[in-house]
Amino acid sequence: MNLQTALYRTHLDLGARIVPFGGWDMPVQYSGIINEVRAVRRAAGVFDVSHMGRLYISGPEAAAFLDRMLTGSASGLRVGRARYCLICNEAGGVIDDTILYRLADDRYLLVPNAGNRLAVVAWFRGWIDAEFAGDSSASGVSVEDRTVETALIALQGPNSAAVLDSLCALDGGEPASSSRPFSGRDGRFRVAHGPDVPDGFRDGSEGSIEVFVGRTGYTGEDGFELALDAADAVLVWQSLTDAGALPCGLGARDVLRLEAGLPLHGHEIDSDTSPIEAGLERFVRSAGDYIGRPVLQRQREQGTERKLVGLKLPGRSAPRAGYAIRFQGQEVGRITSGSYSPTLDSSIAMGYVLMRFTEPGRALEVDLRGRPTRAEVTTLPFYDRS
Amino acid sequence: MSPDDRKYTQEHEWAKIEDAGARLVLVGITDYAQDELGDIVYLDLPSAGDAVAHLEKMGEVESVKAVSDLFSPVTGRIDAVNEELLDHPELVNDHPFDAGWIMRVTLDDLAELDSLMSAAEYDEYIGGLH
Repeated sequence: MNLQTALYRTHLDLGARIVPFGGWDMPVQYSGIINEVRAVRRAAGVFDVSHMGRLYISGPEAAAFLDRMLTGSASGLRVGRARYCLICNEAGGVIDDTILYRLADDRYLLVPNAGNRLAVVAWFRGWIDAEFAGDSSASGVSVEDRTVETALIALQGPNSAAVLDSLCALDGGEPASSSRPFSGRDGRFRVAHGPDVPDGFRDGSEGSIEVFVGRTGYTGEDGFELALDAADAVLVWQSLTDAGALPCGLGARDVLRLEAGLPLHGHEIDSDTSPIEAGLERFVRSAGDYIGRPVLQRQREQGTERKLVGLKLPGRSAPRAGYAIRFQGQEVGRITSGSYSPTLDSSIAMGYVLMRFTEPGRALEVDLRGRPTRAEVTTLPFYDRS
Repeated sequence: MSPDDRKYTQEHEWAKIEDAGARLVLVGITDYAQDELGDIVYLDLPSAGDAVAHLEKMGEVESVKAVSDLFSPVTGRIDAVNEELLDHPELVNDHPFDAGWIMRVTLDDLAELDSLMSAAEYDEYIGGLH
C-alpha cells in the first residue's frame, strides 16, 4: 500500500496521471511532460515533492554526527544556508544524496529521496545505537522523521521568485526573492484563497501560513522548495497555481534534472557507485572523518575505472537505462538515464563509460533497439541557464 | 466516443477502409492509446512494401517517458507510411484518428476487419480498463 501526499486529491482533480514512485502514489504528468518542461524553463512550474523525506536532526552533537555521516561538512555550514551532501557507506557507495539545511546551531533539516528515507533513518539510528545503545540523550543527537505530517512543494522556473514574492515573505519582512541560492529560512505565506486573507501577513499575523523557504531545487532553474504542515498544502498549492505556476509532475521533473545533468539515485548513483565515479567529487571533503572517506580518498588520488558522462544523440529517439554503450562493437559502458530533451530538441543521456572513452567529443555508439546510433560524449550539464 | 467508421483492436490500433475495391485501409492508434503514451517524440515505422500481420509488431512508438511496441491490426502489405510523422510525431497525439494515421495497408482479405471490434465494443472495452 503506497503512501499518498496531502495533495493527492488535488492531483486527481487536476486530471493527473498517478504512478507509484518510491513507496508513494505520485503525479507523473498533468498537461503533458513537454508542456510542463517548457513552463519551468520559460516561466514557473509547481511540483508536489512531498514524497521526499523531511528529517530533522537536532541536539548538541547534531553537527558532529552529521559530519561523520555526510561527505559534506555540516559543522561548516552556516545557519540559514543549504548544501548538497552524499551519505556513503564504508565502501564509498552512495546510500542517498540529500539537501542539508542548517536551521540553527543545533538543528538541521535533511531531505532524502522518497525511496531511501527509511534506509537513511535506519542507517543514522543504527550508528547512534552502535555507539550509545540508542540513548539519544547520551548521544546528544536525535533523528525525527516528519515526512508524513508535512508537505514539500517545489516552485521552479525563471518567474518563481516573482510568483513567490506576491504570496510570501521571509520572517523579518524581506521578500523571498532576496534569499540566496542554497539557503533556507522561515517565512510566512499569504493564502490567496478564502474569505479572510489577512492584511499585514508580513508581520506574521493570523491567517498566514508558516513555511520554510528553501532556495533550492532539482531542475536547473532558479526556484524554491517550501516545507509546511500537510494541512496547509492544498491552500498553498492553489495559491501558487492561481498566481500562474503550472502543475508539473515527476515526468517533467526527471527530464529537467537530466537536462541539468543532476544525478538520480537508483540511476546515476547507488550503493555500489561512488560519488567520485559520478563526477560529484566537489561534494566530497578531502579532510574529516566521515564514513567512506578512505575509499573515496583513494579513488580521488588513483582514479576510477569508469566515469559518468553525458551523451548527445542525433534525432529524438532516446536510449534508456541499461542500454549498452559501445566502441567499435565492444561494450564500454551502460546508459543510466536517457530521454528526449524538449529544451535542446534532441536525445540526451547519461551513462558510465571506461575512463579512456570519457573525453568530450569522443564518438561512441548506442544500440537503440536494433538501430545502432552515434552518441557523442559531452560535458555536463546539457542545459545551463546562465 | 471513438469514431464508428472503423474497427479496433485490444492493442488500441484502428483500421479504416479507404478504398474497399483496392482493399486499402488506413491504420493508426486510438485517442486512448495516445493519451496513455503521453507526448510522442519518435516513431520507428516499417517501410512501404513490407508485410504486416494481424497483432504482430509493426514498429515502435516512443514518448518522453517510455518506448512501446506498435501492433498491426491487419494482415497485408504496406502501401505507404505517414511520412509527416517523421518530423511531426505530435500529430499522433493531436489527431490520432485522422492526420496522425500511421500507415496504409493493402489487406490480404477485407473480411479480416469483421473480426475486429466495433467502436461501441472498443469504447466498452476501454471503459473497463480503469
